Amino acid sequence: MKNAAGREIPVSIQGYKEVKPYAGPFATQPDGRMAGPKLKAVFPGTEKVLKSIEEAIDASGLRDGMTISFHHGLRNGDYVMNMVISAIARRGIKNLTLAPSSFLDTNDELIPYFEQGVLIAAETSGLRNKLGRFLTLNQLSKPTVIRSHGGRVRAIECGELKIDVTFIAAPTCDTYGNINGVDGPAACGSMGYAMVDARMADTVVAITDNLVDHPVFPVSIPQYQVDYIVKVDSIGNPAGISSGALRVTTNPRDLHIAKMAAKVIERAGYFKPEFAMQLGAGAASVATGKYLRETMLREKIRARLAIGGIPGPFCDLLDEGLIGTLFDVQSFDLRAIESIRSNPKHREYECSFYANPWNKGAMVNQLDYVVLGATEVDTNFNVNVMTDSSGIMMGALGGHPDASAGAKCTIIVAPLLRGRLPMVTDAVQTISTPGETVDVIVTDRGIAVNPNRADLLENLKNSGLPIMSIEALKEKAYALGGKPEKIEYSDDIMGVVEYRDGTVLDVIRRPIL
Amino acid sequence: MSKLVRTAQAGTMESTDILVVLAPAEAGAGIQVELVSPTMRQHGSHIKQLIAKTLQAAGIADAVVHATEKGAMDCTIEARIKTAIKRASNE
Repeated sequence: MKNAAGREIPVSIQGYKEVKPYAGPFATQPDGRMAGPKLKAVFPGTEKVLKSIEEAIDASGLRDGMTISFHHGLRNGDYVMNMVISAIARRGIKNLTLAPSSFLDTNDELIPYFEQGVLIAAETSGLRNKLGRFLTLNQLSKPTVIRSHGGRVRAIECGELKIDVTFIAAPTCDTYGNINGVDGPAACGSMGYAMVDARMADTVVAITDNLVDHPVFPVSIPQYQVDYIVKVDSIGNPAGISSGALRVTTNPRDLHIAKMAAKVIERAGYFKPEFAMQLGAGAASVATGKYLRETMLREKIRARLAIGGIPGPFCDLLDEGLIGTLFDVQSFDLRAIESIRSNPKHREYECSFYANPWNKGAMVNQLDYVVLGATEVDTNFNVNVMTDSSGIMMGALGGHPDASAGAKCTIIVAPLLRGRLPMVTDAVQTISTPGETVDVIVTDRGIAVNPNRADLLENLKNSGLPIMSIEALKEKAYALGGKPEKIEYSDDIMGVVEYRDGTVLDVIRRPIL
Repeated sequence: MSKLVRTAQAGTMESTDILVVLAPAEAGAGIQVELVSPTMRQHGSHIKQLIAKTLQAAGIADAVVHATEKGAMDCTIEARIKTAIKRASNE
């Protein structure tokens, strides 16, 4: 059957829940009550600190067939996911579903555990490197379920994703389980993703390399959610957690795109005192902040709110008074980690607050502007950030669909060509954000406005920006790079891309290599 | 009309460029193109055809080409092949 994004979706998918086709960004109202963790009581005198990860695995009651989770706040510096899964394998436990908030480059080490059957399925927001390739080409018992950050919280809270045991990489943890992310040798800043798992998993195990006396302050994850604590030598490599201060790119093409995106923000109609924005972590999105700063200073307009994963340059805007408050679900670099530790206007918040479509109003709903990257865009304004041009899973939905749905104006920044591959095409390989939530495409060779947004088109008419139709942009790309030959796909479904409300937006079939 | 007398190369391994190594071949051997490209499936046959066409336009019927392509556009590919032809012949 065809869903509302025009994709052919099977009526049923082996190993996946009942298929509900995507019907539009705001078509589903939830019904029922929130799921929750098992009730438990820890009585006075109980010791939570255990001697080893193995001991914690035994104490957690982890059994074959259960679902485990991790958070990705330590990014490419994380040691905990690989460390715990190798301990689980040594314990002989198998058939587990692995449902982290995301995978990163370091998780290539997990491939053998999928091959051996320790892990049999994955649910995630992103996949990278060799693991992404492996899961695209090798059939597991279930397809990989891909969700946005908001969609993951929704799935957990409505009971579609039940986490039996979560193992939380804890940069600082006290002896009774209070956790924060801002102190310790592997400080990562916001614990926004882990906070969800800590309150929703049946069993919560904190893995820390900075075990301190009770009580630690500030507290991101409170003691009453934590079952067990294990001290290890190191939970992560600071060099991989943060590559220092994220610098604004010097790539002239990215700067050119960023400059135009900043001008779109200025002229599109929502650049008014006390506006709200999110900028993605891609080079052109971050650089947009640099040009926007100049515009904000010139026009004496400040933003009341900026959200998302927070890169360092945003913290500079906060310090300058150009942003009122930052709400941070993930701190991207050292600058952001320092800022969230020391600046009370830089707030930590959890992922439901940020992006969950099924609560009484996530922060994304307050956005005027969001600027995000893309791997591909098509003439229906659909965005792909999940698969590469060969159909291999190599990206992450992250908060892309959430912020796009929430914002009044969603701006996508991307070069028109990467090498000779056109980034504006007839149809993206995989839809990760539906075109009806995308408003403006800014490329180095032209800008297209979604025809549904006559208001934006009118506002941008005399801006001097190179506005053209999306078809004209695509033709430009094909004229320069040539029209790529189509990728052949098998019928095997390797991944299911859920929209944030749990409907099926697209499926990822195995490409024939 | 060019005649290839030695092996020559042109281009670089930089992004959006192509490195071509062009060598003479025996009369009647035809044009053999070996291509390495990150977008082999999307653009591979087009790039091979373009290389052969550029050689034929210079009057070359027999040659061996090793090309490592890194996202080069057609104009770049043609320019690198033409340069390699000059370097490989006695012009």
